[in-house]
Amino acid sequence: MALLEIRGLTVSFGTSRTPLIAVDHLDFAIDAGEIVGLVGESGSGKSVTALAVLGLVDFPGKVTCTQLTFDGRELPALSAAGRRAMLGGKLAMIFQDPLASLDPCYTVEYQLGEALRLHGGTAERRSAKARRARALELLRQVEIPDAPARLRAYPHQLSGGMAQRVMIAIALAGQPRLLIADEPTTALDVTVQAQVLDLLVRLAEERGMALVLITHDLAVVAETAHRVVVMYAGQAVESGPLPALFDAPRHPYTKALLEALPEHNRGRARLQAIPGVVPGARDRPPACLLAPRCPFARARCTVEAPPFTGAEGRRARCHFPLDASGRPGNDWATAAPLPVPAAEGVR
Amino acid sequence: MSEPVAPLLAVQGLARHYVVSRGFLRGKAVVRALDGVSFTLTAGRTLAVVGESGCGKSTLARAVTMIESPTAGTLAVAGIDVARADRRARRRLRPLVQMVFQNPYASLNPRKKVGALLEEPLVIQGTHDAAARRERVHAMMARVGLRPEHHERYPHMFSGGQRQRVAIARALMSEPRLVVADEPVSALDVSIQAQVLNLLMDLRDQLGVAYLFISHNLDVVRQIADDVLVMYLGHGVEHAPRDALFARPGHPYTRALLAATPSLHGGRRRAARAVRGEPPSPLAPPGGCPFHTRCPYVVERCTVERPLLRPVGGTVVACHRAEDVLADPMPVH
Repeated sequence: MALLEIRGLTVSFGTSRTPLIAVDHLDFAIDAGEIVGLVGESGSGKSVTALAVLGLVDFPGKVTCTQLTFDGRELPALSAAGRRAMLGGKLAMIFQDPLASLDPCYTVEYQLGEALRLHGGTAERRSAKARRARALELLRQVEIPDAPARLRAYPHQLSGGMAQRVMIAIALAGQPRLLIADEPTTALDVTVQAQVLDLLVRLAEERGMALVLITHDLAVVAETAHRVVVMYAGQAVESGPLPALFDAPRHPYTKALLEALPEHNRGRARLQAIPGVVPGARDRPPACLLAPRCPFARARCTVEAPPFTGAEGRRARCHFPLDASGRPGNDWATAAPLPVPAAEGVR
Repeated sequence: MSEPVAPLLAVQGLARHYVVSRGFLRGKAVVRALDGVSFTLTAGRTLAVVGESGCGKSTLARAVTMIESPTAGTLAVAGIDVARADRRARRRLRPLVQMVFQNPYASLNPRKKVGALLEEPLVIQGTHDAAARRERVHAMMARVGLRPEHHERYPHMFSGGQRQRVAIARALMSEPRLVVADEPVSALDVSIQAQVLNLLMDLRDQLGVAYLFISHNLDVVRQIADDVLVMYLGHGVEHAPRDALFARPGHPYTRALLAATPSLHGGRRRAARAVRGEPPSPLAPPGGCPFHTRCPYVVERCTVERPLLRPVGGTVVACHRAEDVLADPMPVH
């Protein structure tokens, strides 16, 4: 059984008459020890998914799902006390801006100690001395140099990379089985990003900890994750193992996203941009959400929503999933073309 | 005059130091945000400035756009020394150098419509009447891919990519010869980033403007730059044509940046990363070579003597051991 299993997760904001659908019937599962990348552009619903799993979506946000289990327990059915014991303990999360996550008024030792008091072992809950020893050990595990001095530091005395390491140490305090990392390295410099990613992967491997890596950076996912879920406008549009998925994407959005990267366009004068923008609440297409921007869109794509199907761990939400050579499959060649030009004239 | 065409931008030993207070009783400290940077930029070329936070790239942008005056060194725009020019001459230079900022959500006045935003540079210059201004605004909007109906809209009605188009259009309204772009695509999504980069490259080809393109993203730099200047703690550490730099970087820091940049085809190559630690505080930079605290090639000489930029095998590097670095195989990228 999967460690975390989500079925039919839907999160919407706004009123019931004009809902803003942030996450749209998402299915997601992660096994113990697995590293899964959740990628998408801004507004694709990747962060809201994580917040919904942790039960952190506030009114007026509405969360519905048919299944949301972690470690064999139904998360929505947990009591408030049960949820508090779980979050930050076996199920932990770190965020993009570590200096916004840390409390500026307290030292690193206090904030690490707080996590240990709530989620640590019996000895750590009882004795301040044990907490201090464990806090030092955690700082060493996240490779913070001069750990005793860092324990006395306030967050403003830490660099961004150090602060993110402290956040990771706090998340590790409860020996989590799943760590959700929401853009953990986006605010960091590239050499520090590489170090923090290496640290996360090493910790996951050493502890058998599952890791959900939420990011907009496809290359980061390509270098760290075993599996990836690509999201677009609240829907999962493609999922599968790496590197197979990036080598031969089946959904036109994944393909277009990869082709828009400068790395993919070396030696070319121009980048292959995706026309148009991600749909908002008011211009959400009725069927396939990508249809207005998709170079392969057919008449069927504008009237019938494609299912999220596939085999062998590969799934794609497309009527005409791409084959290994990047051409649309099924009966695309004979399908009725679009009645009007789809993409607007934006370069 | 008979002298050869002056470069659009000539920067020689440019420095900008800030005096910062460290609190009660602790005296003042000097941050050498920019400490002796030299380069030239000719019309229609793109010089990319690369480095991590605190390396002085944004200070360089502020100096080049004449927002701040340099502490030392010379800055010549279109052959005119900015430091020695009088107010009136400086005022004439300002339209020639314009800037595009990183965050289009912060750089556009939310109370002004797009039409008014674009017209403002021309109003300030006072060189065109209302009808001519309007005509030029519409021409510029078409050029950057904005539709005529956008003229009457406010910035909040646009997506990030379109706002950045507005910001680029406004920078171009005064017909600059140099556009300083400080991380212009960092805040944008991948699909939009490609659109905006294409636009910047098209405009360069059509209008012949030069870019000083500041970025931390080596993949983006590789796409748009002609030349690359790598900066570390206020110093230029490597300066080379793009292809030479990416094929055979001669500075250990450039190699570290390349090795740390994630790649779609990198696989799981964690062992290859050479650089340790984080950049030191600009308040207390190390003596000798600024990079020696993190450098895998460090020898004793690096801790006492600061290396100067010198040409070595197709690139210009500030490193005592550039020959050894160049002899080593390239990091995988």
